[in-house]
Amino acid sequence: MAKFITSDKVYAWLEELGQKHEVLAPRNEGDSIVFKPYDSKKGFNIEREATAPPKKACFPQSETLVEFSHIKDLENPEKVALDVKETIPTSSWVVFGSRPCDARGFTMFDRVYLNGKHVDVYYKARRENTFFITLACEKGETTCFCNWVGSGPSDPTGSDVLMVPVDGGYFLEAVSERGESILDSSLLEDGGSKQADADKFRAEADQSMGEARDLSKAPAKLLEAFDDMDFWEAQSAKCLSCGACTYLCPTCYCFNITDESDGVKGERIRSWDNCMSNTFTLEASGHNPRPTKAHRLKNRVGHKFSYYPDLHDGVISCCGCGRCIKSCPVGVDIREIVLNAIAYEAKEKADG
Amino acid sequence: MKNLEDLKKQIKDGLSELDVVIGWTDSFDPLHATPHFMRSEADVDKLKVDALCVHNLATYLPSLKGKKVGIVVKGCDSRSVVELLQENLISREDVTIFGFGCSGVVDQVKIRRAVGEAGMVESCEVSGTEVKLTVAGKEHKLPMADVIADKCQTCRYPNAVLSDQFVGEEIKPTASFEDGYKDLEEFEAKSTEEKFTFWLGEMDRCIRCYACRNACPMCVCRDHCVAQSRDPHWLSQEAHVRDKWMFQVIHAYHLTGRCTECGECQRACPVDIPILLFKKKFNKEIKEVFNYEAGLDPEATPPLQTFKIDEPTIKEKEW
Repeated sequence: MAKFITSDKVYAWLEELGQKHEVLAPRNEGDSIVFKPYDSKKGFNIEREATAPPKKACFPQSETLVEFSHIKDLENPEKVALDVKETIPTSSWVVFGSRPCDARGFTMFDRVYLNGKHVDVYYKARRENTFFITLACEKGETTCFCNWVGSGPSDPTGSDVLMVPVDGGYFLEAVSERGESILDSSLLEDGGSKQADADKFRAEADQSMGEARDLSKAPAKLLEAFDDMDFWEAQSAKCLSCGACTYLCPTCYCFNITDESDGVKGERIRSWDNCMSNTFTLEASGHNPRPTKAHRLKNRVGHKFSYYPDLHDGVISCCGCGRCIKSCPVGVDIREIVLNAIAYEAKEKADG
Repeated sequence: MKNLEDLKKQIKDGLSELDVVIGWTDSFDPLHATPHFMRSEADVDKLKVDALCVHNLATYLPSLKGKKVGIVVKGCDSRSVVELLQENLISREDVTIFGFGCSGVVDQVKIRRAVGEAGMVESCEVSGTEVKLTVAGKEHKLPMADVIADKCQTCRYPNAVLSDQFVGEEIKPTASFEDGYKDLEEFEAKSTEEKFTFWLGEMDRCIRCYACRNACPMCVCRDHCVAQSRDPHWLSQEAHVRDKWMFQVIHAYHLTGRCTECGECQRACPVDIPILLFKKKFNKEIKEVFNYEAGLDPEATPPLQTFKIDEPTIKEKEW
């Protein structure tokens, strides 16, 4: 199904979608662009890639797993009963204005939280009820490398509707079955006549990307370099070991679980956690198998470009959005590290 | 930088005595520099020093304890080195300071505001007066005065306050202490409600990545920070604005009388929250109460790390 919407009607469309779903759209907040519940007074900004991806749509920064309360037995003060309430989300959401890399990022989550032996019910409840209306990119930024990791600037993988800018508005294509229900609106016109323009836009966007580097050797090479801590210390020398890269990453899915209590009531929550943090692997004994930033950055790169692909048919767990490079306070470039790992053996030979 | 070759020579001369020298080099696009760890002459050849070299490299020093480290510093960066020395967090004999007179660094946020989209920078030339950019085929000439960091506009210490080698000429500062706190005074003039609304709005988008903390040269607790300690579980991990804000308040308090206002916390913030304002507030108070500024005198004891029966600036006996 292909439709067309004129630019001026997008606001009305979002209002209409908002009657059935909670709509998340990127908007300016200070000098950043972040996804927020759509507010017609504040509008949206889809001019460029948002500073933070819409990761929180299916994987909130913190999320209540259960609510609990302690109930005292007045007859026996030593006996305390625990009342526990499950809190599975029941709403439905539309993410408007995500980029292809943002939506594709969730397919990395899916393999882990939906398609494995254990299904994550919280993630499932959000993922199955979240629709992605994704905007194709016109041109890659200097930090973009989606084409290195098996994708492209108009890749619809993970999206429900692909939006392509064309003269006067947007060409809208349902790319999943449920995407068709999103396009069932009287505000939309038939898009058949715009198909050619949209195809041209997509082809030009593909052309705009630089040459894709071959990463097929990365999984094996990263394992080969695993024990060479000199290599990893050099790669991580400037890293500050903060969590900006992971929390802005559309494919980083790790979390922490804590009980947050207030008096006799509380919540068990899960909140974003990241492998750049010391506490991520700190064991109860006090031992930490990843005691330095070199160990941690090795894990971050290794997980995305080696361990995950080894478990999931070679799929690299990186969508190439480039936020980890662009927003790193010290310019750590994950592309450079992966390429250095791929060149690892060659370097050894040259030295030896 | 005019005297870049002199600086390179100084570093090369010192290299044999040092495990590493930290400077800057080119980064992922022409508009950015990145910290650069130099161990060989070939590394030194890649050294870059210009208005894009925003990073305060003093942040790396405590983690390199025990190594002989050379460090290239702007005036503001040198104050962090001095403060680290004051607090015995690094040893003077382990650090070789290569200082210079800095005429200011750019604020990437201001550049983004000016060109709209800084993701497609094709070329960038920085001179003393102008940043010339080509972005997606379009040329932009930005006067340096428009894109220079706020801290540089009111800088009082452009020259390294402590150095073993100083390259080039000293730069004459023109700003006064008061100039540096006009933004804070403007903010303080707002009503409590306005201030609170402002912070709730700004802090809401915090992602709790702690880039602000890790980029801060004086945030030396690092792996033992209260923000993430599991046991005791000091701070809630909820994504509530009150918890995000709570951390910023803790951060500011821990830096009181120690912060050298390099601005790295704010620069590092991936979602551009103006958190330097918290620290400026405390610095202004410290100046008023103790007539003290952090990171200027290696021999001075920070006022909140000592106790004097008679504080010269507090006349409580006359109250």
